[in-house]
Amino acid sequence: MNARGLLRALPTMLRVSFAESVAYRAEMFVWVLSTTMPLVNMVLWMAVAKSAPVGNFGQADFVGYFLATFAVRQLTSAWAAWLINWEVKQGTLAMRLLRPISPLWGYASDNVAGFPMRVVVALPVVLLSIALVGADKAVPQHAWQWGLFLVAVLGGWAITFLANVAIGALSLFLDSSQKMMEVWMVLFFVCSGYMYPVEFLPEGLRTVIDWLPFRYQMGLPVELMTNAHDLPTALGLVARQWAWVLGMGALAVGLWKQGVKRFAAFGG
Amino acid sequence: MISVHGLRKHYKVHKRPPGLKAALRSLFHRTYTSVKAVDGISFDIRPGERVGFLGPNGAGKTTTLKVLSGLLHPSEGEVRVDGHVPRLREEAFLKKIMLVMGQKQQLLWDLPPAETFELNRAIYDVPTLQYKQTLDELVGLLEIGDLIGKPTRQLSLGERMKCELAAALIHRPRVLFLDEPTIGLDVSMQATMRTFIKDYNEKYGATLILTSHYMDDVAALCPRVIVIDKGLLSYDGSLEALVQRVRPEKRVVLRLSEEVDASRLEPLGKLVTHEAGTAVLQVKQDAVNATISRALSGLPVTDLTVENAPLEEVMSELFAENKARRLQAAESVPA
Repeated sequence: MNARGLLRALPTMLRVSFAESVAYRAEMFVWVLSTTMPLVNMVLWMAVAKSAPVGNFGQADFVGYFLATFAVRQLTSAWAAWLINWEVKQGTLAMRLLRPISPLWGYASDNVAGFPMRVVVALPVVLLSIALVGADKAVPQHAWQWGLFLVAVLGGWAITFLANVAIGALSLFLDSSQKMMEVWMVLFFVCSGYMYPVEFLPEGLRTVIDWLPFRYQMGLPVELMTNAHDLPTALGLVARQWAWVLGMGALAVGLWKQGVKRFAAFGG
Repeated sequence: MISVHGLRKHYKVHKRPPGLKAALRSLFHRTYTSVKAVDGISFDIRPGERVGFLGPNGAGKTTTLKVLSGLLHPSEGEVRVDGHVPRLREEAFLKKIMLVMGQKQQLLWDLPPAETFELNRAIYDVPTLQYKQTLDELVGLLEIGDLIGKPTRQLSLGERMKCELAAALIHRPRVLFLDEPTIGLDVSMQATMRTFIKDYNEKYGATLILTSHYMDDVAALCPRVIVIDKGLLSYDGSLEALVQRVRPEKRVVLRLSEEVDASRLEPLGKLVTHEAGTAVLQVKQDAVNATISRALSGLPVTDLTVENAPLEEVMSELFAENKARRLQAAESVPA
């Protein structure tokens, strides 16, 4: 589909995906509960920092960091790998392939459509963070910081979504790639700054992690939200993040195009 | 409109016997076999034709439809649909076709069908006025006005299938592939669907390929049939000629006002069934007139019809013939 056609179709796709995402209210509530891990981490690290700060983090810093982690997780999560695996196995991918628009736009729309509801969940948490630790540790303070933070959130979502597509596309080569997604998630928890700030890791390991995509999915937007970097450092990290977006995009689209040629459209 | 030459689609299938030992062995060493779903078929279809695609389960019908609609890449052969190569899945091609699968749905499960229609309008870039006209027409013909606002999951199978067909036609496809569109529907719903599909074909000149296990669908819709069996084409021609070739005899159905002993019926022809005041005789075509005269003069006949053999019987006989031919061919190959 050409760009103009796509731009015309996207608002309806997003509206319909949004309607789908709110069809089950109970499911939405359970999903919100399932993303509360940062709040648990916050309590644990606050206990650790009770007697003395851990690195540069005192109790207030942990509160700011993990409430930001909760908010960023709401804004950057994607689940396309699960959906692709399911649709390949069931053969229902066929219905998407029959349409004159790449299924990847459909998956993206399904993922983005939940955004407004997730903002509704994240916003009170951000306000709570401001109230607890002060605005300077909870949200960006300058226009450039807000700008880079929003770019980093978009980049974080893009890496997460494209990694999901790449891993989902592997199900067209293998019988299933669900386990690979689980491995990716374990690496994400360990390397992204989701469980603890990446600066707690030893110097050598941190250098390795700086070259991996995980920090740019979660850690970087959180660091920018909590004002952890000056402008040159922030720009360098955002540039590296977007290099990952491009790389992951090329990998995801390449695997998808090759994979679709192998689609067997089983079942019916 | 559609041309298929030397189409082959072979799958590599992982094969393993049941049991734990075999499961463990398959972790290290897998055995693959090649399945010839379609093995070199050729045919051409003119614009606006309605063609029935027939064959037993596993014959390769659905695989062929999936190749024609661009879902599957052929292993070999040349396929063109209205000048497009389906496997390239060009936008212009996808806007011209639709594949309706009775066992798969495009309707969004948790939302009313109206949302899927709207989504298709946006994706197929249908102009608003054309969309409104098409939707009004589809809603009227399929009588789905009360249904399109209810969540899809709350619709019955027949209601869902009617909405499914409407969703498939929002962009007025010029080529329609229908794979078992009436599966699981009751007799009256099947008839509604058949009438609608025929009307759509006649109104828009759409080319139509239909697979169905319900021979009534084929008889009502398809003047031409293509039969494939084990991936090979075994017949391509008119339905009438197929019946004539496989079962040239006619069926004379007699409705009788009183019970008649079978011995009085058997001299008239081969007695197929005889129960509850109805007797069905199978007679050679050139003997039909004589049989009718003798029946009317010698039996208490209240009604009489002359029919072809049921299509189901014709098809089973054709498949049995094919099977016997394959076995014979296999036996004649020296070991």
